[in-house]
Amino acid sequence: MSSRRSRSSRQTGASMISEDQINDLVLQLHRLLPELGNNHRRSGKVSASKVLQETCTYIRNLNKEVDDLSERLSQLLESTDSAQAALIRSLLM
Amino acid sequence: MASPTYLNSTPTDLVRRKKRQSASSSAASSRRNNAASATAGDGDRWRSEKQQRNYSAKLIQALQQVRLSSSAAETPSPTAKKRGKAVREAADRALAVSARGRTLWSRAILANRIKLKFRKQKRPRPAAIPAVITTGSSSRRWKKQRVTVVKLNKKSIPTVNRKVRVLGRLVPGCKKESVPVILEEATDYIQALEMQVRAMKSLAELLSGSNSGSAPPPI
Repeated sequence: MSSRRSRSSRQTGASMISEDQINDLVLQLHRLLPELGNNHRRSGKVSASKVLQETCTYIRNLNKEVDDLSERLSQLLESTDSAQAALIRSLLM
Repeated sequence: MASPTYLNSTPTDLVRRKKRQSASSSAASSRRNNAASATAGDGDRWRSEKQQRNYSAKLIQALQQVRLSSSAAETPSPTAKKRGKAVREAADRALAVSARGRTLWSRAILANRIKLKFRKQKRPRPAAIPAVITTGSSSRRWKKQRVTVVKLNKKSIPTVNRKVRVLGRLVPGCKKESVPVILEEATDYIQALEMQVRAMKSLAELLSGSNSGSAPPPI
């Protein structure tokens, strides 16, 4: 089984990849996604394109969250004085 | 550097709260780990408390440098957006370093930062293949969860390809990679981003709590 997969993964052209491989990866991705609407539809089947769509949305949301947090942190860092910053650094080491 | 007197009573409180915070977050994440990601060995990499502490330390150092450089050499009034962007880039860099060079997206972030154009094409291939093999061997355990992907028929393959391309543009460094590479990188990237969000959120809480002068809010 693993030898078949390794053989197929070495042929890395777009059409040479086994569908099982792609299905496994999509499944892995699906388990990471926040399960917002999936509780109703526990039919046991997920469509690959839907998983990919939700993945793109989720990554965009995460990026936006990181950007917002960055802005907030930059404002906080402006108002923090150096003594407190050194204290926090020592806390985390 | 004389520390203000009001800080004398709070350091131990902060330490206790930070330790409790990280302990509770690690307990919660380990519960989540046992429940949901029984097989994602790579997922534990981004969820361990050790990794979060490692990243938080790097983040602090990077942010210190941002603050120093911005106060020393910047224009008299750097816009909030520019400061925020500098923080984001520092955070991304710290995140990429924490990845220890095992993923494409982390190498792409670091390469973009240094502005050098050498792309390490040789290393990603052997790194990607063992990862794919491990997912293959653990698929037997996944079937127990009774979630299967609808079979890709001839009609859906171009749709899937198109969406994978879109995904590839979102993950740094994966614009021109093949489909399984993009999916693999996206999995790791999402987990890393989640950790980044957690770390930055708790750091912001810590900073905003200490800024107000009173003790940080109880968890």
